[in-house]
Amino acid sequence: MATTPKRKRGTTRADNQASSDDLLKYYREMLLIRRFEEKAGQLYGMGLIGGFCHLYIGQEAVVVGMQAAASDEDGVITSYRDHGHMLATGMDAAGVMAELTGREGGYSRGKGGSMHMFSKEKNFYGGHGIVGAQVPLGTGIAFSYKYRGENRVCMTYLGDGAVNQGQVYEAFNMAALWQLPVIYCIENNQYAMGTSTQRHSSSPDLYERGKAYGIPGEQVDGMDVLAVKAAGERAVAHCREGKGPYILELKTYRYRGHSMSDPAKYRTKDELDKMRKEHDPIDMVKKLLIDGNIVDEAGLKDIDKEVKAEVAKAAEFAQNSPEPDVSELFTDILIDA
Amino acid sequence: MPIEVLMPALSPTMTEGTLAKWNVKEGDTVASGDVIAEIETDKATMEVEAVDEGTIGKLVVDAGTENVAVNQVIAYILEEDEDASALDNVSASSAPKAEAAPAKEEEASSDEAPAAASSSAAPVSASGAIERSEAEPRAMSVMNSTQDEKTYTSFKTQTVREALRDAMAEEMRTDENVFVMGEEVAQYQGAYKVTQGLLDEFGDKRVIDTPITEHGFTGLATGSAFMGLKPVLEFMTFNFAMQAIDQIINSAAKTLYMSGGQLGCPIVFRGPNGAASRVGAQHSQCYASWYAHCPGLKVVAPWSAADAKGLLKAAIRDPNPIVFLENEIMYGQSFEVPDDDDFVLPIGQAKIEREGTDVTIVAFSIMVGKALKAAEQLAEQGISAEVINLRTIRPLDVNTIVRSVMKTNRLVTVEEGWHFSGIGAEIASVVMEHAFDYLDAPVARVTGEDVPMPYAANLEALALPQDSHIVAAAKAVCYR
Repeated sequence: MATTPKRKRGTTRADNQASSDDLLKYYREMLLIRRFEEKAGQLYGMGLIGGFCHLYIGQEAVVVGMQAAASDEDGVITSYRDHGHMLATGMDAAGVMAELTGREGGYSRGKGGSMHMFSKEKNFYGGHGIVGAQVPLGTGIAFSYKYRGENRVCMTYLGDGAVNQGQVYEAFNMAALWQLPVIYCIENNQYAMGTSTQRHSSSPDLYERGKAYGIPGEQVDGMDVLAVKAAGERAVAHCREGKGPYILELKTYRYRGHSMSDPAKYRTKDELDKMRKEHDPIDMVKKLLIDGNIVDEAGLKDIDKEVKAEVAKAAEFAQNSPEPDVSELFTDILIDA
Repeated sequence: MPIEVLMPALSPTMTEGTLAKWNVKEGDTVASGDVIAEIETDKATMEVEAVDEGTIGKLVVDAGTENVAVNQVIAYILEEDEDASALDNVSASSAPKAEAAPAKEEEASSDEAPAAASSSAAPVSASGAIERSEAEPRAMSVMNSTQDEKTYTSFKTQTVREALRDAMAEEMRTDENVFVMGEEVAQYQGAYKVTQGLLDEFGDKRVIDTPITEHGFTGLATGSAFMGLKPVLEFMTFNFAMQAIDQIINSAAKTLYMSGGQLGCPIVFRGPNGAASRVGAQHSQCYASWYAHCPGLKVVAPWSAADAKGLLKAAIRDPNPIVFLENEIMYGQSFEVPDDDDFVLPIGQAKIEREGTDVTIVAFSIMVGKALKAAEQLAEQGISAEVINLRTIRPLDVNTIVRSVMKTNRLVTVEEGWHFSGIGAEIASVVMEHAFDYLDAPVARVTGEDVPMPYAANLEALALPQDSHIVAAAKAVCYR
């Protein structure tokens, strides 16, 4: 499975500070998320995944770029569109997919589902189904880092819909007041479910939403993994220097509907096609890889095959892993005191 | 093997749909993500994307076909190295795929709910839970075997306020992870002076004044508890915690379960609950039944100073989220408290405050005092009342209640909150389930009146349970 793609080693792209190894890594990680999500959509269509299923297709550069700027020790917390974040923190695709199918082999042993998954080991703290709730929670994770004197940062992701929740500003205020090491990554995919930013936000510039609290903000092309990484590094440095929170507005686009049952009639086909053809985050890196002579088409195909095999294996595991034992119904409600 | 394209389900309840349109024809090359068809149900139109790259080998179902079953093969995609001959082997199997589809229908038929999956899952799991809980009746509530409370020889007189403060201070001295957070808890020394002196001893790193921002600081404290810190979060009153109830229930109480046991939440939510005096409807509500309703939480309601100290220490040490309901009127009342650094009371265990033989009176928080007064008046009239101080609402000490009812055969419940779905309603049910044959009279509930709390002194007194109501209820169940 692990075929080494043909490439020139050690080529550094000075203009965007990404080595060829980095570019290949981002390409593979983004492709893994995309193929994983396509497979999840397919399994949903077959009735193997229940409930709500929110796909991350189109937004891959955001989490891959941000994770490239973070260290393994840093925390990550997000909303319900969380599969990509889990893969980017290094969680096992099979365990994530098995949670989607509600099986024993899932990260929450089948008791959480698509929107509620966690990995303490990978510092991934969910997966939260209530829009905006993860923002104070992530701020609290950052509070614990500061309380214990740890030089860690909590990446707290929220969407353009969540920025209108009151608790987001309550958290901004406390994070700035107490100088907490938290990065608010606003994934602006331009639609809060079916309501466009123009229709739900009094100002289009979401990176300015922390202005009243003195939180610096930047708007970033969230379709460009290198731009995301560079902005992420600035934000991380700010936090690690003890200067408190930072806001990044990552302009991105979700190709699919809000959830699997959303036909996305609130936007035009042209708009979607244009994003796909001209701004696809994976195609962008692909072009850099090919144009930079880092890898050839055959090399890319090898990566594709590897990724496809990993996803196929995850899907197989997710279908063969048994449903949780009925005794699981009554476990994990309280910890024995 | 050619790749099968299956009729997808748009929601967990969909079993069939119309294949409205093909966007590709046989021989077209497609890439992963290309829209190849449109399907329709009565609710929505949806695009079907290619799940892999290749060439469209065969369109099995014609455009416009209605009632196409979910999971039926609608097309084949040929992989890079395949030609049309690869289809020869599969054409026989182009019938609906049997394995997945029927299972799907079964699931779908068990609920009529619309596409929203969270609502569709609920009835199924609820009925499942009922079946199982019949097999293991109320495992949660009957597990609390009553153990004898440790006896103490040395006591000191303290107010409830001082007892709560001492409990926090003692636990903060032994565990660096414990911190106190809330509005006015530090410099102001507590809106009701419960946290008096803590800032001086522990500093502003561990005694933290928050902005007036209940929803936000509750989420923040909960997030820190996920990381193993042990916040003691003070609400100026539980009335204000309603702003934060989403974080208390959805984040603090449910995450252990949703994470398959990975992420605990050792947090105490404390503050005054229920009516104070003349503060009107928005500041005078009992939340006992609200929180006690939810699995994943423990709900504690002390009455005396000893209760307050022993239970708050237990709550801070407990690895679970605890809702700790105090009462403002009780803060200044004095009681004897064991003079022992390791005085801790078990959560989940009620206390018989007064033994009796004719009627059981179950109360919690401030109502325990009223029940004891009522018991005195009843004694004067020749009725021997047993008074149980619940101390913990959830998990409920069913054993102590049931054992008492088996002795007295009569039960009165007392609470300040409203009767509908109240704690008294739950206790009446539990006693009916466990001691039906021992009851000589229907259970009587003494509760707050079913009105928002009025401001006028005379109306407020009428809205709250008084000793006289308890006496009347006890006499009624004794048919006296």
